[in-house]
Amino acid sequence: MSQEKIVKKESQGTGLVSFVTDTISWNLSGGIGYQLYLCCLAALIVLGIHAYFVQFKAGLSATNMSNIVSWGFYIANFTFLVGVAAAAVMIILPSYLFKDEDLQNIVIIGEGVACGALVMCLLFVFVDLGNPLKAWHVIPIIGLFNWPASLLTWDILVLNGYLALNLLVPAYILYCHYNNRKPDEKKYRPFVFISIFWAFGIHLVTAFLYEGLPARSFWNNPMMGPRFLASAFAAGPSLIIIVLVIIHSLTSFKIENKTFNKLRLIIVISAIINLIMLFSEIFREFYFPTHHSLSAIYLFFGLKGHNALVPWIWTAIGMNVLGTVALAINPGRKNPILMLPACVLLFVGIWFEKSIGLIIPGLVPSPLGEVVDYAPSWVEISITLGILAFGIFVATALIKPALIITQRYETES
Amino acid sequence: MDPRDHNNCRKQKEPNPLEGKTCGRREFLKGAVKVAALGSASMATGCGTEVFGSSEDLQLRWKEYFKKNYRLMTQEERGETVRRLERLAKLKRNVDIQMSTKGPIEDVLFGYGFNVTRCEGYMECVAACVKENNLDRKSQTQYIRIFEMEPGVLTPELGNGKFFHKVPVDNRFYMGVQCFHCENAPCIKACPTKATWREPDGTVVVDYDWCIGCRYCIAACPYYGRRFNWNDPQVPLDEMTKKQHYLGNRMRSRGQTEKCTFCVQRSREGRLPACVEACPTGARVFGNLLDPKSEIRFVLKHKKVFRLKEDLGTDPKFWYFID
Repeated sequence: MSQEKIVKKESQGTGLVSFVTDTISWNLSGGIGYQLYLCCLAALIVLGIHAYFVQFKAGLSATNMSNIVSWGFYIANFTFLVGVAAAAVMIILPSYLFKDEDLQNIVIIGEGVACGALVMCLLFVFVDLGNPLKAWHVIPIIGLFNWPASLLTWDILVLNGYLALNLLVPAYILYCHYNNRKPDEKKYRPFVFISIFWAFGIHLVTAFLYEGLPARSFWNNPMMGPRFLASAFAAGPSLIIIVLVIIHSLTSFKIENKTFNKLRLIIVISAIINLIMLFSEIFREFYFPTHHSLSAIYLFFGLKGHNALVPWIWTAIGMNVLGTVALAINPGRKNPILMLPACVLLFVGIWFEKSIGLIIPGLVPSPLGEVVDYAPSWVEISITLGILAFGIFVATALIKPALIITQRYETES
Repeated sequence: MDPRDHNNCRKQKEPNPLEGKTCGRREFLKGAVKVAALGSASMATGCGTEVFGSSEDLQLRWKEYFKKNYRLMTQEERGETVRRLERLAKLKRNVDIQMSTKGPIEDVLFGYGFNVTRCEGYMECVAACVKENNLDRKSQTQYIRIFEMEPGVLTPELGNGKFFHKVPVDNRFYMGVQCFHCENAPCIKACPTKATWREPDGTVVVDYDWCIGCRYCIAACPYYGRRFNWNDPQVPLDEMTKKQHYLGNRMRSRGQTEKCTFCVQRSREGRLPACVEACPTGARVFGNLLDPKSEIRFVLKHKKVFRLKEDLGTDPKFWYFID
């Protein structure tokens, strides 16, 4: 009887209050598989919160970071996930600007993934702070905001702005669809334009965070910005394909093959550009190694007996190349699910190389030439898992109602 | 919870499961908000495991939490925060400290010289610095690093920063590295919240309580000048230096970045930094760059001086020379 009541509520729901309550109830209802999935996420989130309390009490000594490796697992994952968030623009650009129909119906999924990734980014920065309760010190007027000198202030602005754009524009469109109205294009189109430039902005600013430090020769090169963009546009859409395959197989929301193929094309082009840039970097470091190349030597070959990162970086590059070649051959022509392994390979490969493979070598050797190894502690791993689970939950919580509303709108119009 | 409310929930004419949930949800949310407010208030005042400190302790901590950046305080506000900190030290550690807010001396720009020929690696400077600046004994924080090198190599990066043997020895020479108080410091540019800045006397300082612990300044420093408090620093009470300065050697807490301050608690009283005084061979020179008769000006004029990583354009106020 309660099922019928909920169905009735769905078809006659209008207005903001029922939009919110319907969204919440859609997120909490579902089959046994979905409930299990939510429970797993909840368990990881609880683990993360517990680990964070341990870290809050003891200080960051609960991590394995040190005065030499002063940024570790948290900032590494933050850096990579900014790219994933920016990658939604690769879908937004063609679908809004060029009215590409194949991509229009999945743009909302791209935006949901972007929001999830952005929430994770903000959380990673927060848990990395030594004095999180004093975070209000960066807020202008009540604190001191060192803008425009400090790149971190730029990053705070662009990330929060991008989150707002990616939440409010789809929210407006979905709300109109929920009320069975056609959204007014004039209202949201300028913001879509802004978000396209802003997406490039968030990744450039995050790259400049590292690029602007003359103290760190591994980072202080002009390739950081462009390379960030190329790898983001390969990894982000790969993740979106993974999400789409899941949605296509497990729900009634169907995505056409040509949508998958368009995404595949975007990924392959970005991945090839990424590899070309990687080759350029490797050439510069190893053709005539100087003391500026020590970080790259540490990463790829080990230095003074410390070679913890060597197997990881070679595996990552191998996965990157393999994934690129596999996607270029186009296995998913008939069945998109066949693209899944290649996408996973590419995504994980780029994840490793753009997170740990970027942050740690930048800090090792230290400015005075000292070499240390780093591996995350259980606290760092637990908090990371908790944040990842929360981000996935946020993306799910945005995508699931979005799909229900979109389907309903399409069947009724 | 009023039992009547509970009964009202149950007496619904149509037992609507959604509405029943809302009633229980509302109570839960109310309670949760209360707990969250209490929890964050107690966390903010740093209560941690002791749920209630004394009310004076709480009041002092509350005021300390909301204070401004040191640079924006009036001299009166600075006096107040120092009194609070002195009182908190008495309550927390039962120790009497004197904290100064003395400003920079007029027409002074501090500079430092290091005589590579004279240093024999005794590391008395390191020990003196650790004691004078109340550095954490648990993580063995040291602002000063001494590097041992063999002839043919004059850069710390190719030296050994972890040497541990009896000195002096033949055929080795040494360079000490600490914060160089750059005129064009990358750390000052990097800090998102202006917690670190250059004082008029040239000293680069940190307002420890304003620092949010993002460690961007540590990434930006080309000289390994800065240290982060990964844990709560521990200093035995009998070894603590009790004459402190707000911007210098006062006790820090976890999550704050710190560094050499050219012993601001000493230099503003006209004294030399602890490292300069402690050096047994007289390898360290400190003085006023604006005073043409100072020892550091003599060194800059008559000795062949060089600075580390000159090409980065940081303009450090720390010169090395060979006699």
